[in-house]
Amino acid sequence: MRDYANRALNQAQAKGATYADIRIVRRETQNIEVKNGIVQTLSLGDTYGFGIRVVANGAWGFASSHRLENAEIDRVAALAVAIAKASAISKAADVDLGPAECHVGTYATPMKTDPFQVSLEKKIDYLLSSDKEARAVQGVRVAESTLGLERNHKIFASTEGSYIEQTLTETGVGVVVTAVSEGEMQQRSYPNSFGRHQGTGGYEFAETWDLPGNARRVAEEAVALLSAPQCSSGVTSIILDGPQLGLQVHESCGHPIELDRVFGTEAAYAGTSFLTPEKFRNFQYGSKIVNIVSDAVTPGGLGTYGYDDEGVPAQTTDIVKNGQFVGYLTSRETASQLRKIHPDAPARSNGAMRADGWNRIPIIRMNNVSLLPGTWTLDDLIADTDDGIYMITNKSWSIDDKRLNFQFGTELAYEIKKGKLGRMVKNATYTGMTPKFWAGCDAICNKDHWHVWGTPNCGKGQPGQVAHTGHGAAPSRFRNVQVGVMK
Amino acid sequence: MLGESRLAEIAQRVLREAKADQTEVMVAATDSHLTRFAVNTIHQNVSETDATVRVRSILGRKTGVASGNELSEAALRKLVRSAETVASFQEENPEFGSLPGPKQAQKVDAFVERTAEYAPAERARGVEKILSMSRKNHLDAAGAFSTEANETYIANSLGVSAYHRGTVASIVTVIMGADSSGYATAASIDVADLDPEAVGRIAVEKALSSKNPTPIEPGEYTVILEEAAVGDMLFFLGWMGLGALAVQEGRSFMNGKFGERITGEKITIWDDGADPRGLPLPFDFEGVPKQKVTLIEKGVAKNVVYDSFTAGREKGKTSTGHSLPAPNTAGPIPLNLFMAPGTATKEEMLASTKRGIWVTRFHYTNILHPVQTILTGMTRDGTYLIEDGKIVRPLRNLRFTQSILEAFSNIEALGKNLVLLKDEWNSVGTCAPAAKIRNFRFTGTTD
Repeated sequence: MRDYANRALNQAQAKGATYADIRIVRRETQNIEVKNGIVQTLSLGDTYGFGIRVVANGAWGFASSHRLENAEIDRVAALAVAIAKASAISKAADVDLGPAECHVGTYATPMKTDPFQVSLEKKIDYLLSSDKEARAVQGVRVAESTLGLERNHKIFASTEGSYIEQTLTETGVGVVVTAVSEGEMQQRSYPNSFGRHQGTGGYEFAETWDLPGNARRVAEEAVALLSAPQCSSGVTSIILDGPQLGLQVHESCGHPIELDRVFGTEAAYAGTSFLTPEKFRNFQYGSKIVNIVSDAVTPGGLGTYGYDDEGVPAQTTDIVKNGQFVGYLTSRETASQLRKIHPDAPARSNGAMRADGWNRIPIIRMNNVSLLPGTWTLDDLIADTDDGIYMITNKSWSIDDKRLNFQFGTELAYEIKKGKLGRMVKNATYTGMTPKFWAGCDAICNKDHWHVWGTPNCGKGQPGQVAHTGHGAAPSRFRNVQVGVMK
Repeated sequence: MLGESRLAEIAQRVLREAKADQTEVMVAATDSHLTRFAVNTIHQNVSETDATVRVRSILGRKTGVASGNELSEAALRKLVRSAETVASFQEENPEFGSLPGPKQAQKVDAFVERTAEYAPAERARGVEKILSMSRKNHLDAAGAFSTEANETYIANSLGVSAYHRGTVASIVTVIMGADSSGYATAASIDVADLDPEAVGRIAVEKALSSKNPTPIEPGEYTVILEEAAVGDMLFFLGWMGLGALAVQEGRSFMNGKFGERITGEKITIWDDGADPRGLPLPFDFEGVPKQKVTLIEKGVAKNVVYDSFTAGREKGKTSTGHSLPAPNTAGPIPLNLFMAPGTATKEEMLASTKRGIWVTRFHYTNILHPVQTILTGMTRDGTYLIEDGKIVRPLRNLRFTQSILEAFSNIEALGKNLVLLKDEWNSVGTCAPAAKIRNFRFTGTTD
């Protein structure tokens, strides 16, 4: 592989590149889905290829191919340089990558049991057990139990001297139960929505989450929701469970701190950000108990890795400290750009550049963007709430292009009356504006309730890229929130 | 691009290697290129060459799927063995009948050489036309200019053999001022149909005219939705309930409604994979020719689309050619949707509106309730207040929470032009007109 990498870098430089890197990536996947007692999906995937990213004439170019052979490397390296030179037609300034990054190293996801080595029979049996439990509940129309595995073996080499090899392994499991009646459909998911909960790690992740032990409960909840009353409308207190709060952090904090969005380079698709540079270290993002960090090092987090796809080592960055906005997710280029505005900003990238495979360029992506735990127990938090709604597991999400106005729906909700959980209600929604919402956060549960929830479906970029991100969260309370938006 | 004979050779090699009772192979190749710009400069400029081979092996009623992108003889052999191995671990699916048999799909000419050959420098020159217009007006332009050539070959051991090649070119831009923005897009199989200058001009005009937006109270308003916003609703309608599996699982808005009126009579929606006004693919991912299927006709629920599996579950049904690639638990989906145009121009819709809101497009639309077809999302890149037949001022963006079927029951007029809207993620196109709709429900603002 070193020979291929060196050839690509040499070819790119010979054609005029002043910087070049190559990523050679093999992605293996395994997906199993049991639906209503039948294994509907049993599939293996394997893609392999390389992408060469260059700076030439001060501008970026990128080309990729699935054929890793000398002649193709030469063609793709030359094409990447030609594309960079075409990009230079409209450049405003030369690309500035800041200080050189030269790292040689390896990283592999720690795990107990390689999930790809566990027999298919064992995995299918696990899902069939979950399916059987879910369908034991009368009124269930569809039960889907899923297991997904992904392994990315990545080699990164650059003209600055980096050579990094990583093997990242992910395991995910989930059960989704659908119940229907005339004009109504309700779903419950466990452990999280989006089909499954996922983390970096081995097969032990699947067993920890015990689908068979929870499938019957969520099936009963789905059926009960059909006849539950509609969530009422009004302004009240809400408590969000960990998975829902994880997505709230993702949408209303994780995306607006991506510095490429802030600088407008994602404007046409995902949008920009309300956290503009003048707010850096000078903006009250939330209440004083709100502390948010980004990190790529939390064991088991779906956004955990050794190096990003620019070869920058994984690290932890404060994002919101005691409610104050203090940090962005950065790349080498955007870190350098921020320093031109704030000379005291960090000189180096905090390692948040990731690409969705060999055929995509790295862009700034969340790793694990997490709300740090507070001090409450969930029981005490409910007991302390006179009137409100406890909302559980995301169903729907939408947020504006600056990440201010959001609206979420949850699968399940309970009224809280005088410190006790009351009626189950369906179709619960809440809406708000990001800083006002986080200013209303007055209680966060403790580390016993805290977990890093995986979001395996974060879309961004043109052409589109899907990232896998993690979000640590514990149930938390928010005051004065508009609920029950759906007619 | 590898060409029909190379794709056929790969497919036949897979079928020769196969030992399963039935085998299906899909070979797809793409050459895609995208020039992305933001803050009036090209910042990402990418090219990709890829191929995918997907093998579905059937042992009795057991199915296994394996896919890869390596094309050597050894890699293809390994792929076939993988698919057959996973099939052997399967449980029997009593509802599985058979892979489909051969049927001739009509040939659709959707490949334009100049699109396939378009060079990075040509894309950059097109982009520069938009950027210079933006700079001249002290605005910031962002967007992407993409060109793609793709080809697909589907074959199976029952004799199915289908090949199609196509091209797609598209431009999308968002041009921004300090507190304003404008959007425009164009797509075609022929890059020569795209006029970057015209796209840029529309977006610049919107960015200039939406400066100093002011708030408005949420509530129900008459709206004029441009084509992109209508296309968004149409796309979601297809995913939520216009496929047979959604009906069979009781989660479609079509359940119990066939033959009944579900929208206003101005609404007719169909799917047609052979219509060159869209982005054609004349057969599905099982190689079955795509039929033109009328889904809603003059407001009446008529049909949904089928693949071979869902058709096999209902007596008298055959696949309409709407399978997705295996393995697929989402069921068949209409990917070439059209909504019948009306007779009005957007100017006529505007002139006939006493008070209302003009919406350029929606952003981050998502489903709140699939059976009730309730969506939520934001307006973006050009939202205006209409009074007495004229646009009187720009508005801050609004959040809507609205049932699509209810909105389609409140249509007052449909635009006379159909516009092709390319999906951001796939080479899939929806053709939609503009629409004037009363009592459209806005539930929040960005204030």
